[in-house]
Amino acid sequence: MISGVASLARQSAMIEVQGISRVFSVGDEQVLALQDVSLSVHAGEYISIMGPSGSGKSTLLNTIGLLDRPDTGRYLLEGLDVTRMTDEEQARIRRERIGFIFQFFHLIPRLTAAENIELPLVLASIPPAERRPRVAAMLAALQLQERANHRPDQLSGGQRQRVAIARAAIIRPAVLLADEPTGNLDRAAGTEVVRIIEELHANGLTVIMVTHDPELGRRAGRRLRMQDGRIVADSDHDAAA
Amino acid sequence: MMRLPDIGRFVLRALTTARLRTALMLLAMAIGVASVVVLTSLGEGARLYVTGQFAALGSNLLIVLPGRSETTGGPPPLLGETPRDLTLEDAGALGRHHAVRYVAPLVVGSAAVSHGQREREVAVLGSTASLFAIRNLQMDRGSFLPAIDPTQALSVCVLGSKLARELFVNANPLGQWVRVGSSRFRVIGVLAEAGVSIGVDLADIVFIPVASAQALFNTSSLFRIMIEVQDRDQLPAAKKAVQETIRVRHDGEDDVTVIAQDAVLATFDRIFLTLTLAVGGIAAISLLVAGILIMNVMLVAVSQRTAEIGLLKALGAPPRQIMLLFLVESVILALIGAVLGVAAGFGSNWLLAQAYPDFPLQVPVWALAAALGVAISAGILFGIMPARRAARLDPVVALSRR
Repeated sequence: MISGVASLARQSAMIEVQGISRVFSVGDEQVLALQDVSLSVHAGEYISIMGPSGSGKSTLLNTIGLLDRPDTGRYLLEGLDVTRMTDEEQARIRRERIGFIFQFFHLIPRLTAAENIELPLVLASIPPAERRPRVAAMLAALQLQERANHRPDQLSGGQRQRVAIARAAIIRPAVLLADEPTGNLDRAAGTEVVRIIEELHANGLTVIMVTHDPELGRRAGRRLRMQDGRIVADSDHDAAA
Repeated sequence: MMRLPDIGRFVLRALTTARLRTALMLLAMAIGVASVVVLTSLGEGARLYVTGQFAALGSNLLIVLPGRSETTGGPPPLLGETPRDLTLEDAGALGRHHAVRYVAPLVVGSAAVSHGQREREVAVLGSTASLFAIRNLQMDRGSFLPAIDPTQALSVCVLGSKLARELFVNANPLGQWVRVGSSRFRVIGVLAEAGVSIGVDLADIVFIPVASAQALFNTSSLFRIMIEVQDRDQLPAAKKAVQETIRVRHDGEDDVTVIAQDAVLATFDRIFLTLTLAVGGIAAISLLVAGILIMNVMLVAVSQRTAEIGLLKALGAPPRQIMLLFLVESVILALIGAVLGVAAGFGSNWLLAQAYPDFPLQVPVWALAAALGVAISAGILFGIMPARRAARLDPVVALSRR
């Protein structure tokens, strides 16, 4: 059903964020994490979001990933108003359409690399016979075959992030959301991780990446800059202007 | 929702990873269940032991008393109406019923018993040879009352052990004459020391033939009639038959009370069942403690696995799924603990049975079911709160931790 709607929506923006705000209460103070943010993302874009700490870039990413609900505004994902959905419905969208990559990998320590990659398929109750070839293909694509039965504590940082990318990509999501994917890696491992993400993008995956690293940010086709909960610069608009 | 085998694998993986936590949990649950099993089987064993002892005394016993002891709700008895006496003829009639094995009429009185200069006031029981079998009496020496026609008086008597010692000291009483009230009787037997029958001290007593007792106390009525039925199953039928027979003989009046020894047994049965329940209840408190421990351990697990819960949510696990995962974890803990506890309980029972082979240890089925039921319920009940906490975690906050 979703893919049907998606093909209809493809002409318009895949992600349509319209005037969303998000307020956090910290003690007595109200912190405006997002102030009237609007953003359109088309399928196949490669976007970087940069900005100082606390500028709201992670909150925007979490909102797009349905981990956080905006206080006001509307968010359409593939033409569906996801802000009006229940928790259960949002969970299904995350399960089927959204891939996450985190700075701290967030692998489950007791599971092997292969089992971590398999986890989204398990949660989506896909039968084991169908899971196995997909996991094997993913391991092969990211050159992790020899590490398949290693637990996360037996992997290097770069290998852990590759497992995390495989886990995000295995569901063939509409959009890959990466929050500081190289923030916890050395330069060589970081470069390798970026290469893989860009390879996924080259194959048609929409990528939105939050980063502190200007060099990494510049690589994206479209660059956003945030400050005090607003998008203050968008390379698309700048180019148009 | 995840497939069932996947849920099972995920949960078992979590349990085997946290080995010490799992082991301690299982220990607590196992101790709780084992204590219920052992304590209730001790209670049940005591019940079986006591009722077994009673059954040996003759559980297929009916006692017929003159007069009705229970109110039937009918009109009050007419003035001057008194219950008819039980007679030796009544006893004879009862003995002809096919379900009846023995009938012993009983006349009770009190009289001075003397031999030479020694004299004592004791209970005098007039009965027949059948009483020996009905009451499972045992002789120290000589023999019990002879099997003669109940209506025939005979000047013989049997002494209780204490009475024999006090009248004859160390001399042999057999063949000696004693005076009971106004008559003289020849001693033909002395009861064994161990002869303790319910309610009567058989050591301080003298038995004489029932007709002699009636003559001695100048009465034609009986104190009661003791009946032993062929088979325990025939008790209700025999009880009916006895009442019917007496009614016919007493001009259609229901003027006797028939008591089954069963009633006494049932009372003991109830007492011990209550005792077992109480002991089992105390043991069940340890199950409750184990349940609270499950809650504690699961709460720790939730806070330890916060990042994991956040990840599961980010990967699209709905709150219900996360709740289910943690609930299954606590229930599996409780279930394995309970199974280990049952095994430990049966093991302890086996050891006890080796040490005390005479004591009938038996695990009551209801206690086993209750222990397992309470353990699993505790797993669910005390698992709900931690599981809800996990399901409600904010994924953004959960993932912001490393």
